[in-house]
Amino acid sequence: MSAVIYLDNNATTRVAPEVVEVMLPYFSELYGNPSSMHTFGGQVGEAIIRARTRIAGLLGADPEELIFTSCGTESDSTAILSAIRANPGKRHLITTRVEHPAVKNLAENLQAFTGHKYRVTQLGVDGEGQLDLAEYERAFAEDTALVSVMWANNETGVLFPVLEMAEIARSRGVLFHTDAVQAVGKVPINLQESAIDFLAMSGHKLHAPKGVGVLYVKKGTPFTPFLIGGHQEKGRRGGTENAAAVIGLGKACELAAARMTLENTRVRLLRDKLEQGLLAAIPNSLRNGHPANRLPNTSNISFEYVEGEAILLHLNAFGVCASSGSACTSGSLEPSHVMRAMGVPFTAAHGSIRFSLSSYNTEDEIDFVLAHLPPIIEKLRGMSPFWHNRPQGV
Amino acid sequence: MWDYTDKVKDYFLNPRNVGQIDDANAVGEVGSLACGDALKLMLKVDANEVITDAKFQTFGCASAIASSSALTEMVKGKSLAEAAKITNEDIANFLGGLPKEKMHCSVMGREALEAAIANYRGILLPKAEGEVVCECFGVTDVEIRRAIEESHLRTVEEITNFTKAGGGCGKCHDRLRELLAESAKQGPKAKIIPLRAAPRRLTNIQKIKLIEEVFEREVRPTLRKDGGDIELIDVDGDTVIVSLRGACGSCAKSRTTLKEYVEKRLREQVLDTLTVEDDRP
Repeated sequence: MSAVIYLDNNATTRVAPEVVEVMLPYFSELYGNPSSMHTFGGQVGEAIIRARTRIAGLLGADPEELIFTSCGTESDSTAILSAIRANPGKRHLITTRVEHPAVKNLAENLQAFTGHKYRVTQLGVDGEGQLDLAEYERAFAEDTALVSVMWANNETGVLFPVLEMAEIARSRGVLFHTDAVQAVGKVPINLQESAIDFLAMSGHKLHAPKGVGVLYVKKGTPFTPFLIGGHQEKGRRGGTENAAAVIGLGKACELAAARMTLENTRVRLLRDKLEQGLLAAIPNSLRNGHPANRLPNTSNISFEYVEGEAILLHLNAFGVCASSGSACTSGSLEPSHVMRAMGVPFTAAHGSIRFSLSSYNTEDEIDFVLAHLPPIIEKLRGMSPFWHNRPQGV
Repeated sequence: MWDYTDKVKDYFLNPRNVGQIDDANAVGEVGSLACGDALKLMLKVDANEVITDAKFQTFGCASAIASSSALTEMVKGKSLAEAAKITNEDIANFLGGLPKEKMHCSVMGREALEAAIANYRGILLPKAEGEVVCECFGVTDVEIRRAIEESHLRTVEEITNFTKAGGGCGKCHDRLRELLAESAKQGPKAKIIPLRAAPRRLTNIQKIKLIEEVFEREVRPTLRKDGGDIELIDVDGDTVIVSLRGACGSCAKSRTTLKEYVEKRLREQVLDTLTVEDDRP
């Protein structure tokens, strides 16, 4: 058993050794500026072109449609603000209650900082975290500028029908952005056959390093840059490229394409073994999110009457890494907005734990968690006043 | 990752005095499931008013469990008069300090201790007195003024760290700034006088507690007869958001059940201004 059992891959992932290997020369001898006229820099530029092609391959996009950014958040901000600038008279956005803060907070700030000149409709989700397409269709207004809906939810892994939603937006002449940070590499994506106008992804969620993201902008979509500066990325994003990370991301996308089947078979089986094992061993535990319609690597389970941070720190003592939607882990004092939007009751929301696997996890690791987590929950419940007073006989 | 001291980690992983005292004669309960932390403190006080035993049950994060356990260690062997002098700072210091965002865990300990002592003496604590400043966590101006004075708080963020007030929607931040300004004007020694005799009203936590009691006592047993159930999802001001479960969730008459039955019972027994809404209209 290795020292760390890493089940927090929706937070970030291990950089694949193959990715590290292709990056290393660009930290040492190949330090040229990809924009330079000399061959020394130009060879870096060529490596970036190759990486761009590999990434485009995973997304089913044309390499020209990709813009390198610093992270998923920058990609989201760029897409949303660009869509708004392209539609000066339109002041309505449609998004969801369960978006990542990169979209949710930007939309809410836009509303607040413009004195409510901009309006945001946040679509709700049901108890299994799914959207209602009828509600979506009703949400459109005359002045809707953009729809921004995540492809997969980071906390529950629930997948949203973004392909269908993008078609609906297009039929109404509205731009469609998707934050696909959690989905890329885990579900097949073919952007050229979709009506999606913008897609955000992040390198470090699929075994590339932190500090690199991608924004896909469909050919012909109006675009205004977010970072204005040099001519890099054809003037669409100023700033010298993070060459090593971009080249690493190219390799990571190649690996992801090759491992897509593995994610949906072996990783899914391990996830299911973990989830079913925990639900069977621990009374008053509930799965959050639709059982089938979700990422193959994510499991979110609430353990009623205990608090998430306490569970995480006990797991941490065994070297097991996971995350929680409890208030205490965020410092925000309120449980996760995703759990609240799903209507998860207080008894369960504070005790929600997210396990997110990767192809590096082993069955031994899952067995270890199955052996060690039930006694932790039992111990914490033993000291919880609510456990002793819980409603009985339901 | 919080920066917990080794002592916090030790008291969290190996808590002292977890459990119940069956013949406790001083019991203090504070917090709620909704707030994410709660503490039940049980003391055994002898004829000389000396605390001979102390145990606790806590729902909460590592620092809440460690603070509760620390408190039980601190009060054992003390007289009630000595114990009453323990402040939240004392609890935090006993543990070698707490992250500032977690100071409210030590405040919870102090409040439970006060509640236990009041319980022993048969006094009702005037918790509902004052104006509710933070609706999200049900914190009154009396509690906030006390925290500002006792812990020398200077910013809204510090108030949130100590009392949780302002940690939810943030609508009360202006009022918190006013309270800070008033306190600065009065100086540290000034006597705290409530601005006005506010009408008696329920804090959010009290509402949640009372609503849960009505659900448990009356509503759930009735609904369960028909294969249904009800969950309290949220309380936002006077709006009680619930979710009907089981057979009730799909029942065409669920809206009537909510309005004619659940709302009526809550208005009779908790507060006559409450309205009940389904979380999925």
